[in-house]
Amino acid sequence: MNALLNIVHQVKNSFGLSANNTVRGGVHPAEHKQESTTLAIGSLALSKRLVLPLRQHVGNLPKVLVTVGQHVLKGQLLAEAEGNISAAIHAPTSGVVLAIEDALIPHPSGLPDQCIVLESDGQDTWGERVAIDWRHLDQPTLLAALRNSGIVGLGGAAFPTQIKLRTNPKVQIKTLVVNAAECEPYITCDDMLMRERAADILKGVEIAQYLLGAEECLIGIEDNKPEAAEAMRQACANSAVKNLQVIVVPTQYPSGDARQLIRLLTGMEVPNDKRSTDVGVQCFNVATLLALHRYFDFGEPSLSRIVTMTGNVRTPRNYEVLFGTPVTDLIAAAGGALDQTDDYIMGGPMMGFSLPSVDVPITKAANCIIASAPQLFAPPPPAMPCIRCARCADVCPVSLQPQELYWFSKSSNLEKARDYKLFDCIECGCCTYACPSNIPLVQYYRFAKSEIIAQDRAKEAADLARERNEFRLMRIEREKQERAQKHAQKAVGAQTEAAKEVPAVSANPEADAAKKAAIAAAIERAKAQKAAAAPQNIDKVEPAVQAEIEKIDARRDAAKQAVQAQLFESDPQDNK
Amino acid sequence: MSRSPYLSSAPSVSVIMVKVMLALIPAIAAYVWVYGAGILVTLALASTTALAAEALMLKLRNRPIKPFLMDGSALLTAWLLALSLPPLAPWWLVVVGTLFAIVIAKHLYGGLGYNPFNPAMVGYAVLLISFPVIMTHWPAPLELAQAKLSFAEQYQFIFGASLPNGVQVDAISMATPLDYLKTQLTLHHQVQDITTASQFGAFGAKGGELVVWAYLLGGLYLLQQRLITWHLPTAFLGALALMAGAFYLVDANQFASPVFHLFTGASMLGAFFIITDPVSGPTTPKGKLIFAVGIAVLTYLIRVYGGYPDGVAFSVLLMNMCVPLIDAWTQPRVFGHSK
Repeated sequence: MNALLNIVHQVKNSFGLSANNTVRGGVHPAEHKQESTTLAIGSLALSKRLVLPLRQHVGNLPKVLVTVGQHVLKGQLLAEAEGNISAAIHAPTSGVVLAIEDALIPHPSGLPDQCIVLESDGQDTWGERVAIDWRHLDQPTLLAALRNSGIVGLGGAAFPTQIKLRTNPKVQIKTLVVNAAECEPYITCDDMLMRERAADILKGVEIAQYLLGAEECLIGIEDNKPEAAEAMRQACANSAVKNLQVIVVPTQYPSGDARQLIRLLTGMEVPNDKRSTDVGVQCFNVATLLALHRYFDFGEPSLSRIVTMTGNVRTPRNYEVLFGTPVTDLIAAAGGALDQTDDYIMGGPMMGFSLPSVDVPITKAANCIIASAPQLFAPPPPAMPCIRCARCADVCPVSLQPQELYWFSKSSNLEKARDYKLFDCIECGCCTYACPSNIPLVQYYRFAKSEIIAQDRAKEAADLARERNEFRLMRIEREKQERAQKHAQKAVGAQTEAAKEVPAVSANPEADAAKKAAIAAAIERAKAQKAAAAPQNIDKVEPAVQAEIEKIDARRDAAKQAVQAQLFESDPQDNK
Repeated sequence: MSRSPYLSSAPSVSVIMVKVMLALIPAIAAYVWVYGAGILVTLALASTTALAAEALMLKLRNRPIKPFLMDGSALLTAWLLALSLPPLAPWWLVVVGTLFAIVIAKHLYGGLGYNPFNPAMVGYAVLLISFPVIMTHWPAPLELAQAKLSFAEQYQFIFGASLPNGVQVDAISMATPLDYLKTQLTLHHQVQDITTASQFGAFGAKGGELVVWAYLLGGLYLLQQRLITWHLPTAFLGALALMAGAFYLVDANQFASPVFHLFTGASMLGAFFIITDPVSGPTTPKGKLIFAVGIAVLTYLIRVYGGYPDGVAFSVLLMNMCVPLIDAWTQPRVFGHSK
């Protein structure tokens, strides 16, 4: 019977007939969410020293507005959004700007980046807070106000929220999707937030719905969070907002991927080359919506977030943490790490990364810190060759053929990898999770993607440089011709003057021929020069730009070597 | 650089291989019941040869020996080949076939994961072409044989080709139903008369059909364990039945019933254990269907019109050649793409 049901499920899955309420493929890792949901959201003692990376979001670096030594108040703007896509940084507490310098940040690269270091004065004195009467203001005004709110997507993507609320006038947004799926194991920050602050989240929903002009709001929650779903249902019943609906979806990783969740809730598949807004849907995480509410209704910019501290620590728990707080303080608050802790993961175990140090600060993208130990996450056994079992293809939520992509990535057949839609890979990690040969598939894809992007950039830069150079040569040639023509005209003019007395047809045909020859020679010279210069397509680059190119190249080479070393180390096929 | 995901669920390659071998146990038991314990000698012989050849090739190719020897793939190849050979096949036949499968079909093409052809079927095809008489000489099931050999006598026969005094080879062997049907049809007999012969059972071969049921049982276990997907066995058995059914409807005197085709020869072994080899087969769902249907059609054509009684091995090898093309043609629609 079991076998028969199994077959029916497989038949459905392989014809893409999986019901609308499940993700195609997907996996069911052990959830480990119980551990961190037994206690209410806690708060941390104020840290003495806060380190605020300028790059906590997707987009441009913000422009620093403060100077070293300056005293700032809680909520004060430290750096303002710069350019189109960017997010501001605020002081999470009152204190003195100690330094503006490079420091280690929580990033997979492990490289330091520019940070503002703040020493708290322990007073936690708020600056001016001005609530915004959003109900009586129009969209452009509100979006302008939002620009320096510092709010970014708190689900982990950290994309500036104000950009996502800027709607395309041509497409009416029909549905606001609230992402509360929280499908990654261990992470419970959204779960706890919904249990404790559901009504406040809905106030954020109201604002987002107003800004987007969305008719309805669908709240997607996985069925492993019944308390959160119930809290949200209660809040919806008490809310003044119409057309709110809590939809419980089956627990299945990665249902919390925005495009997957949109399909689960609306049945619509967002085309690969479009944004969800093009089909009338916008998606926000619950914590982001709460931040909108705090900003508009209380004038509080984005200063903190809920972080799950779990794994191999004494008391796993969720905490409300100010941005810039060192991870060590969070670990200490959770009773410290237990024996055998050998690593700390930021994010979930499926898509997270190892922290370069526990001294790095909590940032806007930091939804979860997991103290890792061998008994929790065993180091993978050595990789075996791919046996083409296609388990990876069975679990891929976007219907890729990971076994082919692996083959192409490994052999650096990058064009082929692109043909097989490498860039549709969402790096959810399901393929690696399911691989019986323990091949680090996602790492191969990340590597191939970065290689392709680097190649494309290099090609673009080279094309641009070549175009510029060709144009320059053309201009030089044109100027030379113009000069030659002027000279010729002058000479002809002088001759006509002279010829006035002697009305002959052509006084000096030899001189004419000589001039023509001179012009022809000039053109020839220009052509020869152009030919000689053509291959050197980056000659006229400014020294600063050149230095930057070299820096990028060096970094890329280093990264490439590191990845190759890592990949080859884990693959006995290449142990020659 | 991140090393996520930090979690893994997958059974290792060796666990997969062990489970497939576990699924073969009922069939081996049925073999022992029907043909005697001699099959165990064949299995042991093939296993030893395969492991030795695997170790030697890994050493020659400078590959780590232990992890690859432990993956179980060589052992599984040996078992599948042993179960394809006639029980009581002479020892050197088993050794030659296994060596060919492991050394040439597997390692010379790059080892585990790289061989374009199913190694067990390469070994089988080589033996069938080189030694057609021995390969089509099957022992009679014990219940039909005029002389029953004990295990010691079977062992003697495998290693020394010697039979107890007074027993002739004919007394312990008989033509398989597929073979018998083929020769009798050329003599213008009709199917319903031919199948009254003693070696025919209720579904396929007398005795042999028990082994077939055991393969089916093992196959269902593989499906239940999600070690294989439904595509290959269903498409293969379905297409074979459809094809045989169509011919049977046209002329039941000349063509055997679909049930007969499903229950004789290597149909069931092939459906669940041979064509499901992931390395040499296609990976896309649609590709698997095409692959399996192709094998079924070729198998039927070889059985009915070809020069050999059965055609599974050749069909598998022919379709193995088409795999890269099938895979390239049957790429599924990616999420968010229109086609």
